[in-house]
Amino acid sequence: MKILYAFLIGGAICALAQILMDYFKLLPIHITLLYVFIGAILDIGNIYDKIIEFAGSGASLPISSFGHSIVHSALEKANELGVLGIFVGVFDKTASGITAAIVFAFFIALICKPKG
Amino acid sequence: MNKKIEKVKKETEPKRKIFLNVVKAFVVGGIICLLGELITEALIKYGHLEKDTAGIYSVIIMVFLGSVTTGLGLYDKIGQFGGCGTIVPITGFANSMTSSALESKSEGVILGIINNMFKLAGSVIVVGVVSGVVIGLIRYLLGV
Repeated sequence: MKILYAFLIGGAICALAQILMDYFKLLPIHITLLYVFIGAILDIGNIYDKIIEFAGSGASLPISSFGHSIVHSALEKANELGVLGIFVGVFDKTASGITAAIVFAFFIALICKPKG
Repeated sequence: MNKKIEKVKKETEPKRKIFLNVVKAFVVGGIICLLGELITEALIKYGHLEKDTAGIYSVIIMVFLGSVTTGLGLYDKIGQFGGCGTIVPITGFANSMTSSALESKSEGVILGIINNMFKLAGSVIVVGVVSGVVIGLIRYLLGV
């Protein structure tokens, strides 16, 4: 059942992005940045966590989850260390994704030939 | 008469195009998220992982798939069809990093690949960190 919700919510998040992009004639970069920001806002009251609870990957794969995770892990660390925790904790939850992206991008770029 | 037809065409066509684009984005984005969820649940069921750990593995696997399909030139083809359906998921983040690195490969490993990897993806990290720290500070000080 959660697989269906992942499809529906994930699809809806992408569809909304497409509406914004086509309607306001935005570039992809505007959409990703807007989504990161919206995700950071939606951490308030654990709203984004509730969407993830419901839709799983449907909410945790879209880039809005990046903004959410940054605020969430920063505040989590801030509860331990105070203001310092915000600086320490920022990348706690997103580190694995960023690390993976850097490592894979590096080796794929070494191995593959550029297209077009 | 011709002018009238052209005017009507102009008014209706972009709308129809937007609708079609939105449907495509929904389907492609939905399928990518569904795939991620399938991987997560398979890892929980067959890999006996905890939910959070399985989620992290799933993100890494999706980043890997995004990166590999970019290297093979497939992701851009899906992207031409899926629009935001391929931009919004984390695979799009992997795609932007891999394609930036790959496109400047001719300039060498250091000046090309390493130097340009974050050309597109860097903005996501800047906005994420700046808005994250500002919102985090405000919420921490206000206690909400």
